[in-house]
Amino acid sequence: MSAPPVLKVEHLTMRFGGLTAVSDLSFDAGERKITALIGPNGAGKTTLFNCITGFYKPTVGRLQLAHAGGETFLLERLQEFRIAKDARVARTFQNVRLFAGMTLLENLIVAQHNTLMAASGFTVFGLVGSPSYARAEAGAIEKARYWLDRVGLTDRADDPAGALPYGAQRRLELARAMCTDPVLLCLDEPAAGLNNRESEELNGFLRALRDEHGISILLIEHDMGVVMEISDHIVVLDYGIKIADGTPAQVRNDASVIAAYLGVTDEAAVTSDATPM
Amino acid sequence: MSDPSPAPREDEPAGARVDLLAALKEAVITAAVAFGLFALLIGVRTEQGPTGALIITTRFGPLAAFVATAFVGRFIFAMTRHRFTVPAKFLVPQAIRQAAAAFSPYLAGALLVFALVVPVVFYGNSYLLDLAIQIVTYIMLGFGLNIVVGLAGLLDLGYVAFYAVGAYSYALIAQDFGLSFWVCLPLAGILAAFAGLLLGFPVLRLRGDYLAIVTLGFGEIIRLVLLNWQNLTGGPNGISGIPRPSFFGLPFTASENGFAATFGLNYSPTHRFVFLYYIILALALLTNWVTLRLRRLPIGRAWEALREDEIACRALGINTTTTKLTAFALGAMFGGFAGAFFATRLSFISPESFSFTESALVLAIVVLGGMGSQLGVVLAATVMFSGFEFFRQFDQYRMLVFGAAMVAIILYRPRGLVSTRKASISLHRRREIPTDAVDRTQSLGPA
Repeated sequence: MSAPPVLKVEHLTMRFGGLTAVSDLSFDAGERKITALIGPNGAGKTTLFNCITGFYKPTVGRLQLAHAGGETFLLERLQEFRIAKDARVARTFQNVRLFAGMTLLENLIVAQHNTLMAASGFTVFGLVGSPSYARAEAGAIEKARYWLDRVGLTDRADDPAGALPYGAQRRLELARAMCTDPVLLCLDEPAAGLNNRESEELNGFLRALRDEHGISILLIEHDMGVVMEISDHIVVLDYGIKIADGTPAQVRNDASVIAAYLGVTDEAAVTSDATPM
Repeated sequence: MSDPSPAPREDEPAGARVDLLAALKEAVITAAVAFGLFALLIGVRTEQGPTGALIITTRFGPLAAFVATAFVGRFIFAMTRHRFTVPAKFLVPQAIRQAAAAFSPYLAGALLVFALVVPVVFYGNSYLLDLAIQIVTYIMLGFGLNIVVGLAGLLDLGYVAFYAVGAYSYALIAQDFGLSFWVCLPLAGILAAFAGLLLGFPVLRLRGDYLAIVTLGFGEIIRLVLLNWQNLTGGPNGISGIPRPSFFGLPFTASENGFAATFGLNYSPTHRFVFLYYIILALALLTNWVTLRLRRLPIGRAWEALREDEIACRALGINTTTTKLTAFALGAMFGGFAGAFFATRLSFISPESFSFTESALVLAIVVLGGMGSQLGVVLAATVMFSGFEFFRQFDQYRMLVFGAAMVAIILYRPRGLVSTRKASISLHRRREIPTDAVDRTQSLGPA
């Protein structure tokens, strides 16, 4: 990996009482790369996401995020809203979390809260209806319209988000995350519940985000079709421990990964401790 | 009309028999519940005997009548239930619904015009004017609480605390420093906003029921402080002789430099009522304007997003702490304005006026009106207080009617009188979204 990593996870450990969900985990997520986190259920993937996005404070370890401009942030020290606002890490949720009663457009405008809040002079200029705020709002609508177009939901812009079918809700959540102008986009099982055609479209969309918009993506996914096809780099977790880390081809042939997913006989397990980097 | 579950017809004896059995069973259960409820309430009565000892008398007749009424009533209801499964919207004729739909966009405007001419129309009737002042005060309180409960989704059962802080702030500042109403009004609002922040900080992490309990406690704490801090608030005696507002320095008195004499009018106490009415109307309209404006600004959208999903808000970089605190502070500020007005109107305040019942009443206005709807608050407050006054003549049935009205609203308009939400911004065309058309089945906590 030649480019400096956008996210460096170093010796991350997360304990809940006696349970160690993530144990001494270190890996790098490359800039403008799609990094996939895979592993069986309960491997600690979502816990790791919650650490990165500040919903949990890690017990031990360091999470360093670097912007292209050279600015760095230590995520474990930031409040969760600062991680989204300043470090510009956006996320989606395993169980979609939209503002169900608000329209699609409103969902995307809320995502631009911090930009608009500053433009409205923390409400003061906005209250008196200053033209600079009106311009900022028009810009926000344009951006929202762009992302609605990208996910194919422009027609439904004025419908409540809760009325969308499931696949469309997932796309909207992705569009909402993109409206925050993220540097790193963390997607928690974006293909869950999608049909084949929809997950094909998702693959294309994520590639476009990486290639056209220069977004680095960190992805939790169980759908191996998606993972193997679009990932540049795969990290495999099992019981909170990293068991493999490499390109899709390396991971696919890794004995310990196969063991974790399929189970092995006792003799095979002894020889499966080689993890290619 | 398409009813998905057609009622069983007369020519289906099997179905009818099963229905009859089920209805009988239901009626028996209801009668048993009624017996359990009324056995001690009605069946037994204690009276003081001539020696001072209590004598138990039994009243089996009335008890039997109540239980029989419950049995028969439930049986008839169970047998004719299919007639009630028709959605409420089919009960109202098409023509009336169309007329209502055509009129609804003009409703707010019509109400505003009506509100402006109330003192002219009812000039001679100081009772109605006083009632109108009271209604608009509660509308103002409803607007304030609507920010906290309706927009930000923070259930606040202690809203009356801010009303009290506003009222006492005005009373004490006006009396001790001799400042005029117009100087004291913003001060009372600011002090109430600080009280809002004071409440906001400890409850930042609480949601739903827990938040409701703490705010309920906060309301009581404020009332008890007012009751017990004798040398500041006068304790249970309250504060009397609070200065009344003047018209640019002209008091509403019969004196020579009073309002009436200056304008060459005959002195009438109604002048003051009219003046007070326009003050509270202006305050309520200001609150309404600010709220409608804020809804379309980032802060208002953040409040609504907070109500919908707090975790998603944080993931989008919204500072939920300041968002909640501004909602509490702003709602409290408007409550404080209303409180200051209350103090100047009555010129006497005591802790009695700020009991939990007031909080419950304002919350009922917001919930009945439809959470988050400004028009709903106006309708609910008007209907409720007009109803209260109308049924004053049937005093003992007042609460019965109130209860029945609540049940009817829960059955037919579970989301309040105005159960639509207007999007704050739109790409194609703005329209009303029914608040119950939305699936809110989301699990809590980050997965």
